[in-house]
Amino acid sequence: MTHDPYSHALQLTADGQLRHFLTLDGLGKDLLTDILDTADSFIEVGERTIKNVPLLRGRTVVNLFFESSTRTRSTFELAAKRLSADVLNLDISTSATSKGESLSDTLLNLEAMASDMFVVRHSQSGAPHFIAESVTPGVAIINAGDGRHAHPTQAMLDMLTIRQRKHNFEGLKVAIVGDILHSRVARSQIRALNALGAAEIRVIAPATLLPSDIEALGCRVEYNMVEGMRDLDVVIMLRLQRERMAGALLPSEREFYRLYGLSQDKLALANPGCLVMHPGPINRGVEIESAVADGPQSVILNQVTNGIAVRMAVMSMAMSGQVEERSRLRQESGAL
Amino acid sequence: MTAMLDINRLLDDLEAGLRARLEERAITAPVLIGIRTGGVWLADILHRRLALADPLGELDISFYRDDFSRIGLNPRVTPSRLPFATEDRDIILVDDVIMSGRTIRAAMNEIFDYGRPASITLVTLIDLGARELPVQPDICGRTLTLAAHQRVKLRGPDPLHIELRDAL
Repeated sequence: MTHDPYSHALQLTADGQLRHFLTLDGLGKDLLTDILDTADSFIEVGERTIKNVPLLRGRTVVNLFFESSTRTRSTFELAAKRLSADVLNLDISTSATSKGESLSDTLLNLEAMASDMFVVRHSQSGAPHFIAESVTPGVAIINAGDGRHAHPTQAMLDMLTIRQRKHNFEGLKVAIVGDILHSRVARSQIRALNALGAAEIRVIAPATLLPSDIEALGCRVEYNMVEGMRDLDVVIMLRLQRERMAGALLPSEREFYRLYGLSQDKLALANPGCLVMHPGPINRGVEIESAVADGPQSVILNQVTNGIAVRMAVMSMAMSGQVEERSRLRQESGAL
Repeated sequence: MTAMLDINRLLDDLEAGLRARLEERAITAPVLIGIRTGGVWLADILHRRLALADPLGELDISFYRDDFSRIGLNPRVTPSRLPFATEDRDIILVDDVIMSGRTIRAAMNEIFDYGRPASITLVTLIDLGARELPVQPDICGRTLTLAAHQRVKLRGPDPLHIELRDAL
């Protein structure tokens, strides 16, 4: 048997429910729609006086961040707290691994604290899969972004934001613009948009910021942003990941902004009411004009709010899958 | 048995019981909340009959069930909708069937997360007994004792009827 570091069968129970959430690969329209519907219910919870529901009461969620992040970590933390879970935040880059402890030993110690779920962010692609393969049965793993591979909760909160404004995905033309090469978000977004039935997905970027295999994911490449903006319903801007750029991929940031920055002029080429999205943090004047980021078509802050609801949905669904699986196994062993 | 479960007669009884209760308690402006799915159908009818000013509330108790650690999450959760402030209001909570009392426990917990109501009056169409919690309806259409092989279910919304059948 060959080892597949990205096996997506790992994240589903025998009857097709989530038990981990590692990637959008292999997840169909029905399951993605279930996630969005469940998230809708959590949005309603977020509007109440008391924003907590007792679903994960008594359970322990560990935020395991091997790579720093403010927005993702804090929305995961808030999501777990609103599900009434106990939350432990571990910033591993400043912790035991720097004292020489291996990843496996760190995990064993955390499992010994009776954790029920690990939310994992890692600079290495495939790290959450690796953890999901080795973790004790019953513990759910949620991918909070791994290397250049995937950032599935970000893609799902983007889908929720699009659905709130455009109501369905059929007929939608969506473009993802900028640093596709370093973007785990772009890969997950393309998967999600295809699964949900978007009409057309364009990636707009200079050749140096495009991975060579990107079209295989089901999207059209466009090098010219002026061409690429035509008939668009949604434009998703990506952050220029300067910290990941080894070597000269760009002539200059100014040149990048002139060609691929979202200005009011370029936005005017899209359909009226075209949504402007960005996973954050935004570099104003590098990939997006301030007036556009703060403008009436921008839903960038809605994305953040939706992030909490989507993460609540994914966490409760994965925990639910673990629970169902455990009771099924118990029944089977009882039947023997 | 079927004559006894005539939905229109039961609805008349619920309405009369509810009016008497509201009068006895001097409640003039109650709000109605139905528990999905059957409770919402009934609450909708009672809401029209009582001609209440506030819109109808709908509760999905999936996030408040006490059996998550045994059976997991309901795969089809829909958002609860309480389009009014519940603080200090007199609430009429409506469900189709009461048995263990666990659904009502969950519903009351959820209602309290919206605010502190002045009172909650519980209306159920059918009471099957077999209570596991100290929760009793204030107004009930009929009390039934089912044989082990029998099941009862409210079907609707149009036409609304009570299905009594033998389990397979």
